Amino acid sequence: MTALLTIIFVLFVAIAIWQMVKIFDLAQVGKSNSQIATDEDNKINGYLMIAFMVFIYVITFLSLYYLGDLPLMSNSASEHGEEIDNLMWISMIVIFLVQTITQFLLHYFAYKYKGEKGRKALFYADNNTLEFIWTIIPVIVLAGLIIYGLFTWNDIMNIDEDEDPLVIELYAQQFSWKARYSGGDNVLGKANVRLIDIDRANVLGVDENDPNAQDDFITSEIHLPVGRKVLFKMRSQDVLHSAYMPHFRAQMNCVPGMVTQFAFTPTVTTAEMRQRPEIVEKVKNINELRRERQAEIEEAGQELLYEFDYILLCNKICGKSHYNMQMNIIVETQEEFDAWAKEQTTFPNSLN
Amino acid sequence: MSATLDTHGHDDHDVHHHKETFVTKYIFSQDHKMIAKQYLITGTIMGVIGVLMSIMFRIQIAWPEKPNILFEALLGKWAPDGVMDADVYLALVTIHGTIMVFFVLTAGLSGTFSNLLIPLQIGARDMASGFLNMVSYWLFFISSFIMLCSLFVEAGPAAAGWTIYPPLSALPMAQGGSGMGMTLWLISMAIFIAQSLLGSLNYIVTVINLRTKGMSMTRLPLTVWALFVTAIIGLVSFPVLLSAALLLIMDRSFGTSFFLSDIFIQGEVLHYQGGSPVLFEHLFWFLGHPEVYIVILPAMGLVSEIMATNSRKPIFGYRAMIASILAIAFLSTIVWGHHMFVSGMNPFLGSVFTFTTLLIAIPSAVKAFNWITTIWKGNLQMNPAMLFSIGFVSTFITGGLTGIILGDSALDINVHDTYFVIAHFHLVMGISAIYGMFAGIYHWFPKMYGRMMNKNLGYIHFWITAICAYGVFFPMHFIGMAGLPRRYYTNSAFPLFDDLANANVIITIFAIIGGLVQIVYLYNFFVSMFYGKKAEQNPWKSTTLEWTTPVEHIHGNWPGAIPHVYRWSYDYSKPGHDDDFVPQNVPLKEGEEELQH
Repeated sequence: MTALLTIIFVLFVAIAIWQMVKIFDLAQVGKSNSQIATDEDNKINGYLMIAFMVFIYVITFLSLYYLGDLPLMSNSASEHGEEIDNLMWISMIVIFLVQTITQFLLHYFAYKYKGEKGRKALFYADNNTLEFIWTIIPVIVLAGLIIYGLFTWNDIMNIDEDEDPLVIELYAQQFSWKARYSGGDNVLGKANVRLIDIDRANVLGVDENDPNAQDDFITSEIHLPVGRKVLFKMRSQDVLHSAYMPHFRAQMNCVPGMVTQFAFTPTVTTAEMRQRPEIVEKVKNINELRRERQAEIEEAGQELLYEFDYILLCNKICGKSHYNMQMNIIVETQEEFDAWAKEQTTFPNSLN
Repeated sequence: MSATLDTHGHDDHDVHHHKETFVTKYIFSQDHKMIAKQYLITGTIMGVIGVLMSIMFRIQIAWPEKPNILFEALLGKWAPDGVMDADVYLALVTIHGTIMVFFVLTAGLSGTFSNLLIPLQIGARDMASGFLNMVSYWLFFISSFIMLCSLFVEAGPAAAGWTIYPPLSALPMAQGGSGMGMTLWLISMAIFIAQSLLGSLNYIVTVINLRTKGMSMTRLPLTVWALFVTAIIGLVSFPVLLSAALLLIMDRSFGTSFFLSDIFIQGEVLHYQGGSPVLFEHLFWFLGHPEVYIVILPAMGLVSEIMATNSRKPIFGYRAMIASILAIAFLSTIVWGHHMFVSGMNPFLGSVFTFTTLLIAIPSAVKAFNWITTIWKGNLQMNPAMLFSIGFVSTFITGGLTGIILGDSALDINVHDTYFVIAHFHLVMGISAIYGMFAGIYHWFPKMYGRMMNKNLGYIHFWITAICAYGVFFPMHFIGMAGLPRRYYTNSAFPLFDDLANANVIITIFAIIGGLVQIVYLYNFFVSMFYGKKAEQNPWKSTTLEWTTPVEHIHGNWPGAIPHVYRWSYDYSKPGHDDDFVPQNVPLKEGEEELQH
C-alpha cells in the first residue's frame, strides 16, 4: 500500500513538473508576453472549471464509497441516538442537495461565461425579488432544522430524575478514567480532590464519613444494564477532559472544580452489537488490516485481533498521552449486570 | 509626512517629498503602502512556518511513530532517532493554529490589505495616523519574533491547543509546554492584540474621516466596507481576549484563582479554589468566534471586488452585500457559545446559541448566491486572482454548509472535537481566507510592486492547490463522522480506527503536494517582484481609485489633486459607454443616471 502510494505521489510530482515546463515553453513561444488573461486562457480555465466540478463530485462519491458506511450515522446504541441520527440524515441530505446545485451553478457559469474579446457583460446590478427568494428559502429550511434540533437537544439534556436513572460517576485524570457506582442506595457519596489520600488508596477523594459512600464501588471498566437510563456525573481532578462515547452519541466535558452530567439509555448489549452484520463486516476488515501489520502491533504490545467493544475516549486535549485515554464500556442484561455489581469491592473495603 | 495629509481632498497644495534614507523608507516607514508590504512579507514568512508545521504533523498522523529525516533535521532533540515526541505533536498543532489564525490570516491578510487599499480606494493620501500605523506594524513584528522565540525554549513551546484552555495551559506540571513556552505565547499574543487594536482604530478613523469628495458610504467598494467592519469587530472583541490572557497570567504567576479550582496533580492538591475553566472558555470564544469573521470578511471583500472586475459586471446586490456584512458582524458577537455545547454550561444557553448560530447562515447564503449571480452572464477574465475568487466561493460553500450540523447543539454532541470540525473550519475559514489572500495578492501585486506576476505559474498554483485543498479536507468529514477525535498524536491506540489509516495516508499525500506547490507561488512572488513584466497603470481595467495613482509609489499617492468621485465603484459594462468600465472619478454624462443600487 505504502509503496503504491509512494509511486502515485512521485507520479503526481512528475506530472506537475512536466506540466510546468510545458506551459513555460508555451509562454515563451506565445506572441505577447502579457500577464493578463487572453481569450485562450479564458477558454482553457473555463474547461478546467468543468473538470474541477467533476473532481468535486468524484471525490464526494469516492469518500462516500470508501468511508461512507458512516458508522456514526447508523447503529446507534442509545435511545436518543436514533433521534440524533435522524436529524443528521436530514441535515446531510439538505447539505448534499445544496452543495451539488450551488457547485454546479458556480462552475458551470464560470465555464459558460468565460470571457471573449468584444463581448459585453450584462449590466445587472440588482433584483429585489431574487434577493428576497434566497433570503426566505434559507430562513424556512433553517427554521425547520432549528426547531427539530432544539426539541432533540432538550430531550437529551433535560434529565428527568423521576425515571430513577442509574447514577455513575465518571472520574477523569491524566491519563485514565475511573467509574464510581453509587451502589444499592443509588446516591453517590460526597467527594472532593482535597480528600484524596493516596496512601489509603482513596484516589477519588471520596468522603469516608458520608453514609452514602459506604456502598459505592470504583471500577476501571463501565458496565451498564441494557434498557435502563444511566446518569453520568463527570468530575476531573487535574485538567479539562471530555468523556466521549461515540456509539451512544454522548459527550460531555469533565471540568475541574465542578460536576457536569449527561444521561442516556443504552439499547443494544455488547453481545448483540457484535452480531450486527455491519459490525461483523467492520471488525473483519479491521482484522485483515491488522494482520498486515502483525509485527508492528505485537511489538507495541497490543493484542493482534480486534473485537468490538463500546468505548469511552478522551476528546479534549489533556496532555502528552491524550491520544491513549480510554475505558471499555460493556452493555449487558440486568441479570449479568447485577451479578457483576455483586462481585465488586465496596469503597470502605477498598481502602488500605 | 503629516503635512501631506489632505483631509478634504480638494485642496491642491503640493505634496512634499522629504529626503528619505533607507531606514525611513524601508524599515521605519510611515507610508501605508510600504507598511502593507511589510505586513505581507512578515505574514508570508509566518505562513511558510505554519504550513511546514502542518506537513510535519500530517506525516506523523499518516505514518505514526516512524522515524523521518525531516523530523530529525527540524525537531532535533524533540524527535529522538527521528521519531516525533507526543508533546511536540501537540506543540506543532498549537503553534500551527496560532500562527495561521492570528499571524497569517489576521495580520497578514487584514493588515496587508487594510493598509494598502483603504487609503487608495477611498481617495486619501495616507492613513489617519502614519505614526500609529508604523507602531502597529512593529508591534506585530515583535509579537511574531517572540512567538518564534518560544519555539526554542527548553521545555518546548505552548502545546495546549490554540485555544489554550486552562488548567492545561496554566499548570507547568500538566504539560511541558505550559511553562516558559506558554508565558511567551501569552506575551506575544498580548502584543499582537495591541497591534491589532492600533491598526483597527486607524482603519476606522481613516474610513470615516478621510474619504475624498463624493465618496459617500454607498459608493465605497465592498473591500473597504469589509475591512472597515472587520476593524470594528476586532475593536469590540480583541480586548476581551486580552483580559482573558491577563487573568491567565495572574493565575499562572500570581496565585489567583480565576480559572482554576480543586486541582490534584502529581500527588498534591493545589491551593486554587472557586475559579472555573468555563469562564475562560467564554472569554476566549467571545473573541475566538468573531475572530473567524475577522479572518473571512476581508477575504469576502477582496473576492467581491475581484469578481466584479474580472466578470466585467457590477457586483450583484451591492446593498444586500453591505447588509449581509453588517448582519454577519452583528451576529458574530452573539454566537460564541456554539463552541461550548458540551462544556458543561447550562443546556438552555446551548439552545440560544443554536438559534443565533443558524441565523448567521442566512446572510452567508445571501452572499454566496450574490457571487454566483455576479458571474452569471458576465464576460469572465480568468486571471489567477479570478480563479482564486471562484475557488473561494466553492470552498466557502462546501465548508459553510457543514456549519448547520456543527451549529446544531444536538448534532454537535457527537461530532464535537472530531475531524469533522477540522474539515469544516479549514474549508470555510482557513482555505477560503487563504484563497481570498492569494486572490488579493495576484490582483494588487501590480499596485504593490509595479510589476505583474506570471499568470501561468499562477494557474499552476491555483489548480494544484484547489485539488489538494479538497483532497485534504473533504475526506476528513468522513473520518470525523467515524468518531476520530482531533489532536491525537496517533490513532493506533484504538483498533476501532484502524480502517481509517489509509484515508489518513491519502490526506497527508495531498497535504504534502499542496504544501510543495506553494513553492511555485513563492518563486513567482519573489521573482516577479524584481523581474516581473512592468505593470500598466490599470492592468485589470478596474473602476476603483487605486488604479488612478501612478505605478511608481509616491508619498501622498496622487501627484496632483485627489480625484473626486462621481459614481459607485461597480460601473462595469454600463450601457451607453464605449468601454466596459467607467472609473469612479469620471463624471456622469449628461442625462446619465447613477444607478439606484
